Amino acid sequence: MEVFVQQLINGITLGSIYGLIAIGYTMVFGIIGMVNFAHGDVFMVSSFIALIALLILTTWLGMASVALALLIVLIVAMVFTSLVNWVIERVAYRPLRGSFRLAPLISAIGMSIFLSNFVQVTQGPRNKSVPPLLQDVIVIMEGNGYDVTISYRQLIIWSITAVLLAAFWYLVSKTSLGRAQRACEQDQKMAALVGVDVDRTISITFVIGAALAAVAGTMYLMYYGVVNFSDGFVPGIKAFTAAVLGGIGSLPGAVIGGILIGLIETMWSAYFSIDYKDVAAFSILAITLIFLPQGLLGRPEVEKV
Amino acid sequence: MAVAAPDTALPHTAARANLAHALKDAAITALISFALLLPLIGFKTVQNMRNELELETRIPLLLAIVAIITAARLFGSLVIEPWRERRALRPHAEDARLTALKTTFANWFTPFAMGFVLVYPLIIMVFFPQGALKWIDNFGIQILIYIMLGWGLNIVVGLAGLLDLGYVAFYAVGSYAYALLAKEFGLSFWILLPLAGILSAFWGVLLGFPVLRLRGDYLAIVTLAFGEIIRLILINWVSFTGGYAGVSGIPRPTLFGIPFNATEQGFAATFGLEFNPIHRTLFLYYVILALGLVTAYVTIRLRQLPVGRAWEALREDEIACRSLGINTTNTKLTAFAMGAMFAGFAGSFFAARQGFISPESFTFLESATILSIVVLGGMGSMIGVAVAAVVMIGGTEIMRELDFLKYIFGNDFDPTQYRMLIFGFAMVLIMIWKPRGLVGTREPSAFYKERRTILGSHVKEGHG
Amino acid sequence: MTAGPAAPVLRVEHLTMRFGGLVAVDDLSFAAARGGITALIGPNGAGKTTVFNCITGFYKPTEGRIALAHGDGAIWDEVDTLTDRGTRSLHRGGEALFLLERMPDYLVTQQARVARTFQNIRLFTGMTVFENMLVAQHNTLMVSSGYTLIGVLAPHIYGRAEKAAVEKARYWLEQTDLLERADDPAGDLPYGAQRRLEIARAMCTDPVLLCLDEPAAGLNPRESHQLNELLLSIRREHTTSILLIEHDMSVVMQISDHVVVLDYGVKISDGTPEAVRNDQKVVAAYLGVEDEEVAKVEAEVGL
Repeated sequence: MEVFVQQLINGITLGSIYGLIAIGYTMVFGIIGMVNFAHGDVFMVSSFIALIALLILTTWLGMASVALALLIVLIVAMVFTSLVNWVIERVAYRPLRGSFRLAPLISAIGMSIFLSNFVQVTQGPRNKSVPPLLQDVIVIMEGNGYDVTISYRQLIIWSITAVLLAAFWYLVSKTSLGRAQRACEQDQKMAALVGVDVDRTISITFVIGAALAAVAGTMYLMYYGVVNFSDGFVPGIKAFTAAVLGGIGSLPGAVIGGILIGLIETMWSAYFSIDYKDVAAFSILAITLIFLPQGLLGRPEVEKV
Repeated sequence: MAVAAPDTALPHTAARANLAHALKDAAITALISFALLLPLIGFKTVQNMRNELELETRIPLLLAIVAIITAARLFGSLVIEPWRERRALRPHAEDARLTALKTTFANWFTPFAMGFVLVYPLIIMVFFPQGALKWIDNFGIQILIYIMLGWGLNIVVGLAGLLDLGYVAFYAVGSYAYALLAKEFGLSFWILLPLAGILSAFWGVLLGFPVLRLRGDYLAIVTLAFGEIIRLILINWVSFTGGYAGVSGIPRPTLFGIPFNATEQGFAATFGLEFNPIHRTLFLYYVILALGLVTAYVTIRLRQLPVGRAWEALREDEIACRSLGINTTNTKLTAFAMGAMFAGFAGSFFAARQGFISPESFTFLESATILSIVVLGGMGSMIGVAVAAVVMIGGTEIMRELDFLKYIFGNDFDPTQYRMLIFGFAMVLIMIWKPRGLVGTREPSAFYKERRTILGSHVKEGHG
Repeated sequence: MTAGPAAPVLRVEHLTMRFGGLVAVDDLSFAAARGGITALIGPNGAGKTTVFNCITGFYKPTEGRIALAHGDGAIWDEVDTLTDRGTRSLHRGGEALFLLERMPDYLVTQQARVARTFQNIRLFTGMTVFENMLVAQHNTLMVSSGYTLIGVLAPHIYGRAEKAAVEKARYWLEQTDLLERADDPAGDLPYGAQRRLEIARAMCTDPVLLCLDEPAAGLNPRESHQLNELLLSIRREHTTSILLIEHDMSVVMQISDHVVVLDYGVKISDGTPEAVRNDQKVVAAYLGVEDEEVAKVEAEVGL
């Protein structure tokens, strides 16, 4: 029981991170119908940006307040990662819009390879670890020899995820930007005809996706305290699985999918075998796509003859 | 004269406006690239003696790169853009001589390339006897393996229009099938080669079956998941596959039972030659060349048969196929099986050539590389795929050989480090330059009176 | 043409198709005469294409029976036996009976030999006209190529078998006036020619029943006239029966033997072109009716 509750807490934390990355996949897929393969690597890049910002604040400026430092790191990571994704969209995807269907996918794969190798070349291939932050935990259940704890880090991750989700949900469902996005999802030509700036809307979608990935990247760094240039691929795939599981194109779906994947992963590691946890994630991806391609909250597709 | 005045004045002001615009554009580019590169190039994280992370700055490097990007942008908007505009304005009358030249080139390219590939090792041995082993192995054999893989995947992606991102799984099945069966049962390469192909084809059907209903990117992602699952199983099922350590000591192929070693029974001794490791390399080169030619022959034949034509029809319009009584399930499965079978052949050859395999060789990056070879080649074109394999694999291999750059950039400079970086960026650039690949046209599989090439714009890329 | 209703080629009985809460086709019954041309007409959204999709196996009907007979029709007395038996088809002598709602789409063409065209033309645009014709003969060619094995190992044996396929392609391209363009990509043809090619391609499957979904849509009067000639010649010279959906009344009235009118998924009229043209309900459905008459007409129609 204690183990279960502890894994539940850990799973939700991990799931929040996946959910935040998943939103980037789901929004981009919704609007231009493309799997942004490089998104996992954008997440990894954001983690590195957060790492560098953190090092500047702590080792150079000697900032004492952890909370303030984290806030600044978060904002810096969001800004720079947004810029990265904005440039990626301009350079690698926009010229291919409306062309051959496979071209953007190959371009995205190339971008993914480029980003991870860029970080490897510029920052070195070794694991980068930061001193653990916010070690304190709250004991919420005492068992015989096994305490269930929730750490401040986890609480911060939960609350930031919740706040940001609320903000972005408001942004895409209540504002004119959200309307423009949904219009582009339906029909880009028509949206352009009624005065929606399609290029700008798509750019903003990439920026929002990157900002949320940067939040995930900062949390990831804070939670695990270590990051590596190759850390983009597997979390990226898992987040994509989350997006598909939740129903691609659906924002709440992405978060629910993320939390489910996080839970399945932690439970699987706790009760079955840690070696096969990634096999479990990939199997869920395959099973979902085969048997429930519209996901939990997506709309089913009818074949048109 | 009065009339002529505005004519001369206009380009002048236009040029000035152009320059101002270009400068502004370059300034923005400089600003953006500075901000973009500031975190990751401006700073470097390094571990100090106490194993703590510290920051170093690389401001000169950052500024140099920003300057290069800005200059490139300026050059682009001042020189390349006007040149392209002028070219676009020029009437498009195709030079008859140029067309004739192109046709001659197209007609002679294949036989010439064939001849070259046949004598390539001999040319190398005569002119570069020092590095012959390396040049035949790293360039010849390596590229031929990728050509074969590209042709195999071309059946699935290029002809049938089914996007497969987990193709390397079948390559892995072929490799492990040969490695494990050869070690356990001591069967020879020539028995295991077809067996590995059949086993891979079987896996192709097995993995193909559940994904038949999926389309487009979803199909790509599921095949990616399958590819990763197979790799993770290879890593984790240590008792069977050896895990990360892989399988070593795989028996090498023999020439009708004559091994390529320095013993009495060896190839060199049998034929009265002095032992030289290049004998085996030459043998392997011609084996993979023969395998590649078989792949090419079978694919060309299949395209002219109903099954191949059904693949292409499937790529064009699946619903129309069904309305004509074509069992699309079987058609897709045969495409998967054929593609997987060629990967299985290539895989068992790979295991036999290396003598050692591990899950490292079967990562997603391999699938992505093979897929990009197919797309870059121009989907469906066998010549295109072969040329793309030479460019992509030869290009990245040649990066290993650029030691002279050390004289320019200093001894710390290691060109191999930049291999995959450039590879990834090249994929992006090539897609922007030629989204339809090198060969953008389609050769009809049958003709009534005369064979006419079909423009790429008519050819669809498939839904699944 | 004295195609009696006693021996139809196709019988649709109580066909109902629901999509969620929407009833696209509601309890539709009609028969298509052997060797005749039956037209299915009705305003936009009447459910005509849905009926086609049910007949050709692309949709599984919610309810109803769709039966097709090969031969002269004597086998129809077995239709209930077949229905009870739960299998797809029944063969007796040279005749056969198929329950299309039980068959997947490709078998409807392959075994029951029903061919179709599409409202939004579906050609293999990146393949030549000639290749399109060969793809249509896939199943016969598959057998002659020994399911590919003979084709790869002994090309010359397959080459002989392919000759017959080429001959058939040539015949239908000639009939549809496309032989000149055999080696051009199908996507290069003008619209009218694409429509003809789709019919020619469908005819390559040797259909017993040819279903045409708006074959005259987008054609100019001359092309429309050519189409009439083509369809009449198919009826004259081949054993293929035709079922067509059409809006172009000049086509419907000139060539069809029998017209079925659908409105909101319900059959509102069924008879000769002459009878249908004078049917008040049909006129009301097409032209709309005066306000006070709406209720009356709806009552008649059964809404």
